[in-house]
Amino acid sequence: MTVGAWEAFFLVVHRELCLSFRRPEQLFQPLVFFLIVTTLFPLGLSLQLSALRDIAPGVLWVAALLSSLLSLDSLFKSDADDGTLEQLALSGQGLTLIVVAKTCAHWLVTGLALVIVSPIVGTALSIPTHAFATMMLSLALGTLTLSWLGAIGAGLTIGLRRGNVLLSLIVLPLATPLLIFGAAATDRAISETSTAGAVYFLAALCVFTCTLAPWAATAALRITLE
Amino acid sequence: MWTWFYKLASPPYVYGVAAAFAPWLFGFAALAIGYGLVAGLGIAPADYQQGEAFRMIYVHVPSALLSLTVYTVMAVASGIALIWRIKVGHAVAAASAPIGASFAILALITGSLWGKPMWGTYWAWDPRLTSELILLFLYVGVMSLRSAFEDPLRGDRAAALLAVVGVVNVPIVHFSVVWWNSLHQGATIVKLGAPSMPGSMLWPLLSMWLGFMLFFGAVLCMRLQAEVLNRERQASWVREAIK
Repeated sequence: MTVGAWEAFFLVVHRELCLSFRRPEQLFQPLVFFLIVTTLFPLGLSLQLSALRDIAPGVLWVAALLSSLLSLDSLFKSDADDGTLEQLALSGQGLTLIVVAKTCAHWLVTGLALVIVSPIVGTALSIPTHAFATMMLSLALGTLTLSWLGAIGAGLTIGLRRGNVLLSLIVLPLATPLLIFGAAATDRAISETSTAGAVYFLAALCVFTCTLAPWAATAALRITLE
Repeated sequence: MWTWFYKLASPPYVYGVAAAFAPWLFGFAALAIGYGLVAGLGIAPADYQQGEAFRMIYVHVPSALLSLTVYTVMAVASGIALIWRIKVGHAVAAASAPIGASFAILALITGSLWGKPMWGTYWAWDPRLTSELILLFLYVGVMSLRSAFEDPLRGDRAAALLAVVGVVNVPIVHFSVVWWNSLHQGATIVKLGAPSMPGSMLWPLLSMWLGFMLFFGAVLCMRLQAEVLNRERQASWVREAIK
């Protein structure tokens, strides 16, 4: 029985989503981490509400980057450990297709979830409601880009015992433009100035990584799997 | 016509070439850096705005440029090694990474020493400074990824892929001054039109840059010899070579 490319794509996405919903703690842990890290900042700095608003975009974005990083480890690891990844690679479907499907599914359960809870964190950090739309849009673009960068990093560090630290070391430098433009977009939305430049730049980064990162991540998997 | 290129894929040949080139490169590097230091630190006039402190550029600018050049060399070598599966490419990349990281550190240190009298602070979160720091982190990432694998070939190929992916940062560092409003000054030499620097300041700088390039070549040749010997330690030609 042969399976078409689209069918294979949706099968892999479906499988990934099923797996993550059967282990809900894996879904919630990065989100709880996101909430905890953002609460630590106001506690540690004991700021006035107005000063909190100034640092809110940066705090929000740093916490989002760190919590996405936390979940990246699970992207290929469990499948590589039990041999599923080898089977997928040998399935006759292109490995790139499988990487794309897995990364999309990963973004749906981590990045999108983060975007959905971000208004709660935004309220806690006293980000005004009128900035929420831009904040969520920029977070959506940013987390998707980060998932792609993370797929490369996760692919490179699969077989390593202490891969988690190395993964951060590899991915975070590449993710700094995201932090700069994402925080800038949120910051500008709070002060009600034009956000277009920063959002366009994020969108451009997102398109850039969506087009090229799948190939790089596939190459990374080929290196570590063979 | 391409035979010299194919020959470069052979470790013994590369070992020989590196051994032959290293002393010459060291010699010419010493000449160029010597002239640059004497003319730059002694003969060139003090800057009308920055005074004597501007002389820091004779070390800072070449090392910042070299940190980018070495990264490019490393990425190109990695790309060649990945695409054509040439093992010498990995050796070149592994030999360049620590040199490039050292240049990046040197650029950051000299830049912050210059920044204290000029900007009033050792460090500013400015695009160019930040992206140079990120370049250093990329070097560290590539080096640690290479050493993290137990299988050296796998480590080589993983590090090579990361080097190629990280090459997007090179234009970001280079053009950050143009793209963002930066505290760092813009280009003085490489731009359309005449350089905005008199010859007595410019020639020592160009000589320093050339000297740093030659010095990189020389150190690369030395490190490459060690790297090739270590990688080929099972081969019979190594036993001949180190007799």
